[in-house]
Amino acid sequence: MRKVYLDHSATTPVHPEVVKTINHYLTEAWGNPSSIHSFGREARKGLEEAREKVAALMGANPEEIVFTSGGTEADNMAVIGGAYAREKDGKHLITSQIEHHAVLDAFKYLEKQGFEVTYLPVDEDGLVRVEDLRNAIRDDTTLISIMHVNNEIGTIQPIEEIGAIAREKGILFHVDAVQSYGKIPVDVNKLNADMLTASSHKIYGPKGVGCLYIRKGVRIPSYTHGGGQEKKRRPGTENVPGIVGFGKAAEIAAQELEGEMKRLTALRDKLIKGIEERIPEIRVNGHRTKRLPGNANISFRYIEGESLLLSLDMKGIAASSGSACTSGSLDPSHVLLAIGLSHEIAHGSLRMTLGRDNTEEDIDYVLEVLPEIVERLRSMSPLYQRKETCKQKECYAHVQ
Amino acid sequence: MYSEKVMDHFTNPRNVGELENPDGVGEVGNPTCGDIMKIYISVKDGIITDIKFKTFGCGAAIATSSMVTEMVKGKTIEEAMKITNKSVAEALDGLPPAKMHCSNLAADALHKAIEDYRKKQAS
Ligand code: FES
Repeated sequence: MRKVYLDHSATTPVHPEVVKTINHYLTEAWGNPSSIHSFGREARKGLEEAREKVAALMGANPEEIVFTSGGTEADNMAVIGGAYAREKDGKHLITSQIEHHAVLDAFKYLEKQGFEVTYLPVDEDGLVRVEDLRNAIRDDTTLISIMHVNNEIGTIQPIEEIGAIAREKGILFHVDAVQSYGKIPVDVNKLNADMLTASSHKIYGPKGVGCLYIRKGVRIPSYTHGGGQEKKRRPGTENVPGIVGFGKAAEIAAQELEGEMKRLTALRDKLIKGIEERIPEIRVNGHRTKRLPGNANISFRYIEGESLLLSLDMKGIAASSGSACTSGSLDPSHVLLAIGLSHEIAHGSLRMTLGRDNTEEDIDYVLEVLPEIVERLRSMSPLYQRKETCKQKECYAHVQ
Repeated sequence: MYSEKVMDHFTNPRNVGELENPDGVGEVGNPTCGDIMKIYISVKDGIITDIKFKTFGCGAAIATSSMVTEMVKGKTIEEAMKITNKSVAEALDGLPPAKMHCSNLAADALHKAIEDYRKKQAS
């Protein structure tokens, strides 16, 4: 059976070149970078080269990169560290309703510690309104954290503008760039970011490694205590194999970025258009053009996401959904609710995120099997039936 | 995460659809995740002679609906009333803990259909 992986926003396969690099640092250059002997020096060299590569892909200086265990740790460092760094100036913080949980839950934690947080709403495409941000800023606002690209619906936020406002007001600005770094251009200076989170396993690197960019001059407290690694900002012996893998992945991403953006945008548009042509009563979630090249997020009315995923999986297609039935909490995706979808429509959402191994044939295959699956599930749905027997709007108005 | 039986009932659900002139109809919505299930029954001499369902929900919800219809077809309404979400889940070789609430839906919809039938009989 054909296997089509369309869940690249969840994780990506490790690039073969990256595997080779990691292998070298597991078997040959396995020293501790803090040691002064040749073993240590070799590991140190790999570590610092990786730092350069990771920094280069975001227009930063290598000294501004702190390696972490991944995006979640970096987000927590930035949000919690950023809030406490400026605690004396105020306790008001701003973020959006559609952030990743690594950011949202860090803010929830801060609320319990006595901070006040404004969660900006978004429009129906998932965009933060810059006006809303301006209005939310107070004299005691010290930190703004907005994601670059949303992980579910792929919407790209007006980060440059938001960053310019933060800069003008002297407010710390953090950008969660986990879904954009290595996939679209990310430049910390253009974005006016003081801190920026990136992750390795979203760009064909290994899991368990990421980084936080911290602009030179910005100081945030560290909550891990131990050795002097990462300039004391993140003590503990460095995950050298992971970090060099991340570096290699960043290097490859830099080379392929432009070509992949074009290719994935074309594939994505073919997928979305193909679905629109073949399947009635759907909704494309997220902004049409201000959108991550490889992201397609579509709601199919009258059906539920988990049963859709199971059916696709049986055909070898891997995707994800914002349905309540697929979340551990049994709540529908907070992102889909924030863009104004009803529970029912959020229920039938399907996220397909494309990546470097996907081809035209993959898209053709999805377009071939998806309509049948949707039709089958709809034929089992009591909501769909209602609509067939009663053409009057009122009969199914409750599902809108 | 699902047992083979669940996947079987999900892939080949038994008794999907609706009945033209049902003797009882039961519809329930799931307060936990927002799913909806509808069960139609035909009853003759106290026995459920035919049963159909339609479900808007997850794999477990579809599988439990299918299973419940299979379990009660040909049974008396008294026997059908004794079916619980637990017995449905057991018949499917178990459900993941997070999916137990979906089996409530099936048992509830069935019981509602029977109640509906009884009400119609009484009137
Ligand atoms: S019906 Fe929603 S989780 Fe099963």
